[in-house]
Amino acid sequence: MTRMNLVQAINSGLRGALQQDETVLLMGEDIGQLGGVFRVTQGLQEEFGADRVLDTPLSETGILGTAIGMALHGLRPVTEIQFADFIYPGFDQLVSEAAKYRYRTAGEFHVPMVVRTPYGGGIRGGQYHSQSPEALFIQTPGLKVVCPSNPYDAKGLLLEAIRDEDPVLFFEPKRVYRAVKMDVPDAPYTVPLGEAKIVRPGEQVTCVAWGAMLYEAFTAAEEVAKRGVDVEVIDLRTLWPLDVDTIVSSVEKTGRIVVVHEAPRTCGFGGELVALVAERAFLRLEAPPVRVTGWDTPFPLTHEHEYLPLAHRIVPALLETARY
Amino acid sequence: MHVIRDDGSLDPTLDPGLSVDQVVALYKAMVRTRVVDDRLEKIQRQGRIAFHVGSLGEEAAIIGAAAALRDRDWIVPCYREVGALLWRGYPLQQYIDHMYGNADDPLRGRQMPDHTFSRAHRYLSVSAPIGTQIPHAVGVAMAAKKRGLDECVGVFFGDGATSSNDFHAAMNFAAVYEAPVLFLCRNNGYAISLPTQRQTATRTLAEKAAAYRIPAARIDGNDVLAVWRAVREGAERAANQGGPTFIELITYRLGGHSTSDDPRVYRSQEETDSWRKLDPLLRLRKHIEQRTAWNDDLDGDWRAVCDAEVKECVRRAEEKPPPELGDMFGDVYAEQPWHLREQQAQCLGGPRASDEEDES
Repeated sequence: MTRMNLVQAINSGLRGALQQDETVLLMGEDIGQLGGVFRVTQGLQEEFGADRVLDTPLSETGILGTAIGMALHGLRPVTEIQFADFIYPGFDQLVSEAAKYRYRTAGEFHVPMVVRTPYGGGIRGGQYHSQSPEALFIQTPGLKVVCPSNPYDAKGLLLEAIRDEDPVLFFEPKRVYRAVKMDVPDAPYTVPLGEAKIVRPGEQVTCVAWGAMLYEAFTAAEEVAKRGVDVEVIDLRTLWPLDVDTIVSSVEKTGRIVVVHEAPRTCGFGGELVALVAERAFLRLEAPPVRVTGWDTPFPLTHEHEYLPLAHRIVPALLETARY
Repeated sequence: MHVIRDDGSLDPTLDPGLSVDQVVALYKAMVRTRVVDDRLEKIQRQGRIAFHVGSLGEEAAIIGAAAALRDRDWIVPCYREVGALLWRGYPLQQYIDHMYGNADDPLRGRQMPDHTFSRAHRYLSVSAPIGTQIPHAVGVAMAAKKRGLDECVGVFFGDGATSSNDFHAAMNFAAVYEAPVLFLCRNNGYAISLPTQRQTATRTLAEKAAAYRIPAARIDGNDVLAVWRAVREGAERAANQGGPTFIELITYRLGGHSTSDDPRVYRSQEETDSWRKLDPLLRLRKHIEQRTAWNDDLDGDWRAVCDAEVKECVRRAEEKPPPELGDMFGDVYAEQPWHLREQQAQCLGGPRASDEEDES
């Protein structure tokens, strides 16, 4: 066990994968000598060589497109897209190629690759270093989407994603990269994909969040507890395929749901979550489902804390839902 | 570069030294591809299949390149290269079943016609968006190199793809990582309607390779032996750790872009007629008539054999049922998640479009 933050835990997971499996390699911009702009891959090129930790030319299409080719021919590339905001030049490779290769070859070929990318706001990054594009990938059949909130899950989910036979988008909450520390086993271990976790049991309102916003949801839940409202907080961990049962059983108990995410509200993942709850637990609902999300604007700079669905916006939503 | 001269003789300084049997096999494969194309175009016009994208006039560029690669080398197709797949021994019946999207279609009716693939024949999957396969080819080549495998990759694309961002990314990655890959650019004159001269301001496509420090050749793509020679040279360079090669295969699409196209709108009959005289089949036939007893009778017999074969495949394909509806929900992921199980059950238990067709 070592006390690690998210950056250290992901680094430890990547090191474990490189040690365990010689078909694993890392690719990305500035990930080798520099160790990545967030230092997530620090020391790995030195340890495993430039042949397994590749500093690539500056092209997301090139990184993702060649990674697909490598995955088709027996390797397990783990790519880094420097910021989720920069993923769009490679969007076609993910959506039309990586996601569909298994389907369009009836399983003869498949693409076991991971795309790690830091996402989310709150670091004074403006509109091109702050976005949360998870819903675009959740709506793409063939992709899996993971978003850990803490160091233990980050390492375990990453190792599971690397072992997975399908392409996995791995969104890293950069706002809490260094803010959260936990005891993390030094040896490799896995956390299964597709399992949410109840991080705070409660009876009156279900609050679903993931990544950096999990902490805001938790803070808000503690705050409203002082006012007598008991909130159950669920950390999704894997966004797709979704652990729908954990959410629905919680709502069957509480009758109320508040979903929190950074991405814009319209066609965000929150809409899908409340639709699933409405379909499966309609008669148990005691209040309209609520989404506390980013606004439908590009991500701003100066007012980013008014854009983000932080605790100050989650608290009134929880109170109103509880008292509806 | 030309190897077969106008009179059918070979330029002795460039002759790659193929045996008579090898040359005849190339000719027969090119004829077979053309006969298959012709038959598929006819049945598409009759509404029996949805679509076909043929290779009329480009058979030498496609089959010559495939023949110069070794069996262990990979072919990454654009969408016009089924001749290369058939050259490698892919069963014609399987291809025709795919064209019909029937129960024996390896793709189970999930894709438009002409989206073939085969792991057994080391042939990746066709994707319609232009240029997307080029970085895959570089990745396969990088993987082969990292794994210490003696393999190279030939990736086909057209003149239009040289405008795509995937092309430039792939060329750059291939050169930086010295990947054993051959960029096989079929310059067939048109990207649907846009002529190559308006696709790019460069005089040739081959000169683009210089910007990436990739060796390039410009070849008469209608001269199958010139294609063979250039591709074999590139494959040998790749095998000797010499990295990538770019080969511009100058040819002409005698037919439409696909069965959905009408080329009369954007090019003249005179232009097409002038290229008909440069038909790669005519040129190769002239050569093999010099080396063998090939004549009109033998030629007609071979065409008849090929046509009978494809007609029989079509007959069988038309007798086969469609794939199971449940197949639509397979192979999205390695294991089917809950939401697809649920949707599959809803689809199988719900109303069907085919029910309404039956009522009308």
